[in-house]
Amino acid sequence: MISDSSMPYSAPTLAPGADDDQLLHVSLGPQHPSTHGVFRMNVVLDGETVVSLKPVFGYLHRNHEKIAEGVTYLSSMPYTDRLDYICPLSNNWAYAHAVEKLAGIEVPERAEYMRVILAELTRLINHTAFMGFILGDMGAWGSALMYAFRERELILDLFEDLTGARMMANFMRFGGCRNDLPAGWAEKCSVLVDDYGPFLDEMEKFLVGNEILLARCQDVGQLPKETLINGGITGPMLRAAGVNYDIRKAEPYGIYERFSFRIPLGDKGDCYDRIMIRFLEMRESLKILRQALDQLPEGEYVNPKAKIRGFKPPVGEAYARIEGPKGELGFHLISDGTVNPYRYRVRPPSFINLTLLEDMCLGLDLADVVIILGSIDIVLGEVDR
Amino acid sequence: MSVDIGAALQGIHAALPAAKVAMRTNPGPSNQHSLLVGNESLVDVLRFLRDHLDFDLLSNVSGVDWPDPAKADAVAVFGEGEETAREHGFLEVVYHLYSTSRRVGPLVLRARSADRGENACVPSVVSVFRSAEFQEREIFDLYGVIFTGHPDLRRILMWDEFVDHPMRKDYVAPDDYEYEPTPHDDVLVKAKRHYPAES
Amino acid sequence: MKTGKPTRWVLPGLGLFQGLAVTGKNMVQSFYKKERMTTVQYPEERAPISPNFRNFPFLVYDKDPKAGLRCTACSICEKECPPQCIYIVLDRDENGKSLKRPKVFDIDLSVCMNCGICSEVCPFDSIYMDGEYELSTDDRFGGLLFGLDRLSKSAEYHMKLRPEQASEVMARRKADEEKKAAAAAAKLAKAKADAEAKKAEAEAKAAEGKGEDA
Repeated sequence: MISDSSMPYSAPTLAPGADDDQLLHVSLGPQHPSTHGVFRMNVVLDGETVVSLKPVFGYLHRNHEKIAEGVTYLSSMPYTDRLDYICPLSNNWAYAHAVEKLAGIEVPERAEYMRVILAELTRLINHTAFMGFILGDMGAWGSALMYAFRERELILDLFEDLTGARMMANFMRFGGCRNDLPAGWAEKCSVLVDDYGPFLDEMEKFLVGNEILLARCQDVGQLPKETLINGGITGPMLRAAGVNYDIRKAEPYGIYERFSFRIPLGDKGDCYDRIMIRFLEMRESLKILRQALDQLPEGEYVNPKAKIRGFKPPVGEAYARIEGPKGELGFHLISDGTVNPYRYRVRPPSFINLTLLEDMCLGLDLADVVIILGSIDIVLGEVDR
Repeated sequence: MSVDIGAALQGIHAALPAAKVAMRTNPGPSNQHSLLVGNESLVDVLRFLRDHLDFDLLSNVSGVDWPDPAKADAVAVFGEGEETAREHGFLEVVYHLYSTSRRVGPLVLRARSADRGENACVPSVVSVFRSAEFQEREIFDLYGVIFTGHPDLRRILMWDEFVDHPMRKDYVAPDDYEYEPTPHDDVLVKAKRHYPAES
Repeated sequence: MKTGKPTRWVLPGLGLFQGLAVTGKNMVQSFYKKERMTTVQYPEERAPISPNFRNFPFLVYDKDPKAGLRCTACSICEKECPPQCIYIVLDRDENGKSLKRPKVFDIDLSVCMNCGICSEVCPFDSIYMDGEYELSTDDRFGGLLFGLDRLSKSAEYHMKLRPEQASEVMARRKADEEKKAAAAAAKLAKAKADAEAKKAEAEAKAAEGKGEDA
């Protein structure tokens, strides 16, 4: 249990005038899209030490929620691809899951398996790309990212075979998926799953013992568990601090309770733990994938009762969430019985994970800010919406 | 696991007898009923839920605009013998709480502002849940709910000079955005109206 | 707060050496190992695209590009299109009666996001996703607006592009047509039979009348 006073809501600001001329105000960003997106931080430095940090959002804001209120339920599906554009298929699932809850639609068995397979492949993509990006933040721009993207491309080829697009999949439907797996897809996926382990070994060898990585990441950006939960931090960030909370286990959605897998937990919650957690999660994802591919049943890939044209859920509201690769991805929908949602709200994990960015950075060096931001793993398409 | 909302309501009534809390039923199949909390006791109720019922994760905070109060009552239905419907539209804030230790949720709470104009106020819960900090700023930005007691209530997604609140249902989009002459919607007409000299 | 030195040391220099070894292995293998050679020299070489690949919709016609257009200008795709990039005007004759075909069917390439929802909601098997991806042009406005002339493609093209989907559609359409033809024939036969029956009845009546007269 925590008392209110233990959580200062904001940075300790200096008294006005008190050696303010010694402080350096730096506007970090907005950066080039291929780093982390257009994100700015107003940082106040005392020498090399951060005394205040205010993130500035909205460079990519397009009011996704307003757009969704103006179009039909199905038409929002391709827009969800563009939220977290590294992992479109988990966004699809989260949205489809929320609408299914809102309208009470059943999902056939095969579709559930397909969804699990796609979501876990997406998790692999996200964490693999993360490894490349975090190394980029540390200055190793290039090789790690290239290895990561080479492997990611193999998964994207699978997605293209299945959905017709590498990234903008638009694949899940209310009550199932858009089309069935093409012939030979499951075999190809199975080969990929077998080959992914050696790649992870290679990547781990490449990174884990690296002195620079150790020196830059260990004991950087820790916060107590209670503060993290209170700040709404979810996903690998929270589990790196040792909180056993994964929605796949805590509130199993889809068919996750059928698979045996473990939730890796960190111990200190520093940036190094956050990197290692993602490595371990990838290995668990491979386990889930192997089981799902082995058990994949025949049958319907979409509920034949689900309507495509003129879909109108009953009046009501629903909040549904899944364990996205970056954290808890939720959708809150309110229906007034028409073809358009009355309210469509996305709970974006990377946006809320940024809440405690300042607390993590205070008192550290400027160079650590970049690592901490990298370890949160944000995608600006989702932060700004 | 779904939450036992009746037990939560009883707990709140027992611990905070002064708090105005009423249950609202959700007519849809999702089975997520909610508690409508009076503004004056919102922070106390949330603190009680956090400290005594282990709802330690405030997952989501949504703003909703209800220019027509009848629609709001259709989504969150009254119990029997409760207050009558409102006359004016209002802004609503919906909270979704989870418990990480007991693994239950979501507990849905709603708070409503007096109206959609000057008194669009709801108390800020940042002192209880840090995770509300940016979400409340977002709702302030997009809906214009004034969160009393929020430490840093600024616009977050729109730029600081922006005047309106774009997520409100009666928001009218400006016609001076960078126009792209696509021949199949009214963008061109609008743009022509705005730039008479050019065309 | 930073506590100073990192806590998990390994042998100094070992990690760097291991990393370099991985890089070196990758570099050497990139000369001869196929899975390490990941780039192709576009446009001389092209990476094979998947048969499911979708990019930009097209309209299907049977035989005649004008009369054979399957589209009936029902505007379902126009309504469902997420970025609202489809524009349809229904063709009417001089009396204002609908001709059930589009007069204008425009899709704006600069707005279209290739989601494929139009092809999914179409009840007339009329609009499908193309596989063409080299659509760039230097004409920013007219060149990116696709009208009926550029959107219409033959059913044979569809068959070549997506054989499985097209043959399924063709079989279904054929069955529908046969059903329709059968129904029409049945209707015709019924009408004929009815007319004959009526005629016979009238004749009988006439005969009766004659009998009474006599």
